[in-house]
Amino acid sequence: MISPAPARRPQRVALFVTCLVDLFRPSVGFAAVKLLEDAGCTVEVPALQVCCGQPAYNSGDRATTRDIGRQVIAAFEGYDAVVAPSGSCGGMLAHHYPGLFDDDPAMRARAEDLAGRSHELMSFLVDVLGVERVAARYDGAATYHDSCSGLRELGVKAQPRRLLASVEGLKLNEMASPEVCCGFGGTFCVKYPEISNAMVSEKSADIAATGADTLLAGDLGCLMNMAGKLQREGRPVAVRHVAEVLAGMGDIAPIGEPERGEPEPAKT
Amino acid sequence: MQSTSHAFNENVDHALADPNLQDSLGKLKVGFSERRRQAAERLPEFEALRDRARDIKNHALANLDFYLEEFERKVVALGGHVHWAPTAADARDIILKLCQSMGARTVAKSKSMVADEIALNEHLEAAGIAPIETDLGEYIIQLRHEPPSHIIAPAVHLTKDQVADTFLEHHAKLGFTTRLTERNDLVAEARYVLRQKFLDADVGLTGANFLIAETGSSILVTNEGNADLSNTLPRMHIVLASIEKVIPTLEDLATLLRVLARSATGQESSAYTTLNSGPRRPGDLDGPEHYHVVLLDNGRSSVLGTEMQDVLRCIRCGACMNHCPVYGAIGGHAYGWVYPGPIGAVLTPQLIGVEEAGNLPNASTFCGRCESVCPVRIPLPKLMRHWREREFERHLTPAAVRQGLALWGFFARRPALYRRLTGLANRVLALFGRAEGRYRALPLAGGWTRFRDLPAPQPGGTFHSQWARKRGAR
Repeated sequence: MISPAPARRPQRVALFVTCLVDLFRPSVGFAAVKLLEDAGCTVEVPALQVCCGQPAYNSGDRATTRDIGRQVIAAFEGYDAVVAPSGSCGGMLAHHYPGLFDDDPAMRARAEDLAGRSHELMSFLVDVLGVERVAARYDGAATYHDSCSGLRELGVKAQPRRLLASVEGLKLNEMASPEVCCGFGGTFCVKYPEISNAMVSEKSADIAATGADTLLAGDLGCLMNMAGKLQREGRPVAVRHVAEVLAGMGDIAPIGEPERGEPEPAKT
Repeated sequence: MQSTSHAFNENVDHALADPNLQDSLGKLKVGFSERRRQAAERLPEFEALRDRARDIKNHALANLDFYLEEFERKVVALGGHVHWAPTAADARDIILKLCQSMGARTVAKSKSMVADEIALNEHLEAAGIAPIETDLGEYIIQLRHEPPSHIIAPAVHLTKDQVADTFLEHHAKLGFTTRLTERNDLVAEARYVLRQKFLDADVGLTGANFLIAETGSSILVTNEGNADLSNTLPRMHIVLASIEKVIPTLEDLATLLRVLARSATGQESSAYTTLNSGPRRPGDLDGPEHYHVVLLDNGRSSVLGTEMQDVLRCIRCGACMNHCPVYGAIGGHAYGWVYPGPIGAVLTPQLIGVEEAGNLPNASTFCGRCESVCPVRIPLPKLMRHWREREFERHLTPAAVRQGLALWGFFARRPALYRRLTGLANRVLALFGRAEGRYRALPLAGGWTRFRDLPAPQPGGTFHSQWARKRGAR
C-alpha cells in the first residue's frame, strides 16, 4: 500500500470480525487485517467478541442487546481504534451503543468511548489513516453497492470508490440506484421473505444492467443476499467483499462459488 | 376507515401479484425521488432549512398548549369558531351537526388525511349527506370505493387505463360515453363533472397543512385549486386539522413551505398555497359565511413527552414513502390503514393500536432512506425500533422469533460456547456445501432459500479458529 504517513496513526487496532465474516467468509477478515497492517497498524483480534447485538436490538429485545453491548465494550476497551469490515456492525458500535445505556451514566461513558473509536473499514483506511491507493490488481468490470448503514450512518460512499480507482485493471460501472437497499435487513429477509425478494430482484436487475462481471460491497449480509439472488437467477456475476479486492485477494472463489481446483460434482 | 393492518402479510401477497400496481410503483419510485433530489440540489441552503424546519416544529410541540389557545383566540377574533375534538367520534359528531345546521345535502371535500383517519365519509353518508371528493385522485378512488394509497397522491396505485375505465363506468350516465385515453382529456372530464358539484355544495370541508397561531389562519397547499373552490363557494367552511399542525408564525410557515413542496413533489412551491383566516368580512367578494375549525387530538397529546414525540413533527409530504423500498415494493394499501410507508409504520400503531398494526414497524430493513429525506428529520427507523421494543415487552413478538432470539441470545452471551457452536456450524455447512459453493435448499432456512441460494462457508474453519492457528502463538 502506498500512501503518505499521517503524523499520528492509531497504533493498536482491534478487528471486529462480525458474525457473518467469522462464520461464512473468513477471507474478508484476513483481507481487513492485511489492509490495516499495510497501512502501518498493529492488528489484534479480541477473543471474547461475539456479535454486536443487532439481531436482538432490531427485534426490540433491549435487555439482551445491553448484555451483549456490555460484553463488546469490555472486550474492546483500551484499543486505539476498533474496525469492522461492515458498515452495519460498525454503525451499531459507533452510533447505537451509547443510547442503550441512557440510565447508566458509567456504562454510557464507556459506550461513548467505544463509539468514538469505532470505524467501518473503508472509512477508517481513507478518512482516518489517509490511505489514498492500494497496490492490487483485479481484471474486470465491477459495480459497487452502497450498503445502507455504512452509507447513511457512517458516510461511506466515496472512500471505497477512491481505493478501487487505484486497483489496476478494474473498471467501475455504477448501477442506476446503488444506494437503494438490497432487501437484506438482517432478520427482515426471513421475516418478510416476499418483500425482501421483490427488493433483491430489483437490485439484481440493476446489477445485471451495468454489464459488470463483479459485484462489490462492504457488508457481507448484503453480499450474501445479492449473491444468492444472482445465482438463483443464473446471472454470471462474481460477488466479493470490497476488502478482498483491495487486499489483492481477488483470485479466491467468489461468494457462493466452490473453491477452484476442487473436483466438480459428477453431473447426472 | 376499517383497518386491514392485521392482515399485512396477505395484503403484501396481493400487492406483489398485482401487475397494475407494480407498473404504477415502478414509475413512482424513480419519478418522485429524482425530482426531490434535483429540487434539493438547486437550493444550497436546503439542508439548513431542514434543520430550521425541525426546530420550528419542535418548538411548537414543546409549547403546543400555548400555540393552540393562541390560535383559537385569533380564529374567534376573526369571527370563526373552534371546536376541540378529543376523539375521532367527537370530531365526526361535531362535523355532522355543523352540516345538519346548514341543512346540507352535499359536502365538497378537499383532500384530508385526517378525514380518512376519522372515517368521516361513512359517517356523513349514514346520515344522508353526500361527501364529494374534489381532489382528482381522491375523486377517482371515491368512485372506485378504494382507500388512498399515498398521502399526497391517493390514486398513485392506479394506471391511466384503470382511471379511463372508472370514468367511463361512472360518467356514462352523465353523457360521457367515450372511453378517453389522453391524460388531459381525463382531467378535463373530471373538472367538468366536479364543477357543478362545487356550485351545489352546502358545506366545504378541507384539511390543513398548517395552522398559524399568530394569525389564526389555516393553510392549504394543493396543485389543483380544488381546495380554494371548496372553501370559497359553499356557505360554510369547515377546517378539520389535527392539533400538531399548529406553528407559531407566518415567518415559520415560509420556512416550512420551502421544504414541503421540494420534499413532496420536487416543486419549489405547490401551485396553490391558500391562507384561510375566518369567514367572509364585510366587503369581501367571496368566502364562506360560517367558518369552523375542528381540532382533533385522537391520541396525539398522549405522545407528547414520550420517546415517540418526534413523529408529531410530520408535515405529510410523503417523501418517506416515495423513497422507501418496502413501500416501493408493496404500495400503500398493504399497510392497511390511512397512513402508509415509514410514517404510517410509526403513526398507525399509535392511532389504532400496536396489536392491530404490529407488522408495520417490523416490515422495514432500517435502510434509513426515509430519515435521510425527511424535511423535519424524523428519526423514523429509531421510532419503528421503539415500537418493536414495546411489542417485545408486551410479548406481541411472534413466538418463533422470541424463541429463536432467546436461543441465539443464550449463546451470544457466552463467547466460548458461541465459538464452539459456530465452529460446528461452519464445518457442517462448509462440508456439505463445498461442491456447489452454495445451497439451493436447507432445513430451517426456507425463508432464505425459497427465493435465493445460500452461500456455503469457505472451507478452512471460522475466522477465529484460523486466526488462533495462524497468530495465536505469537
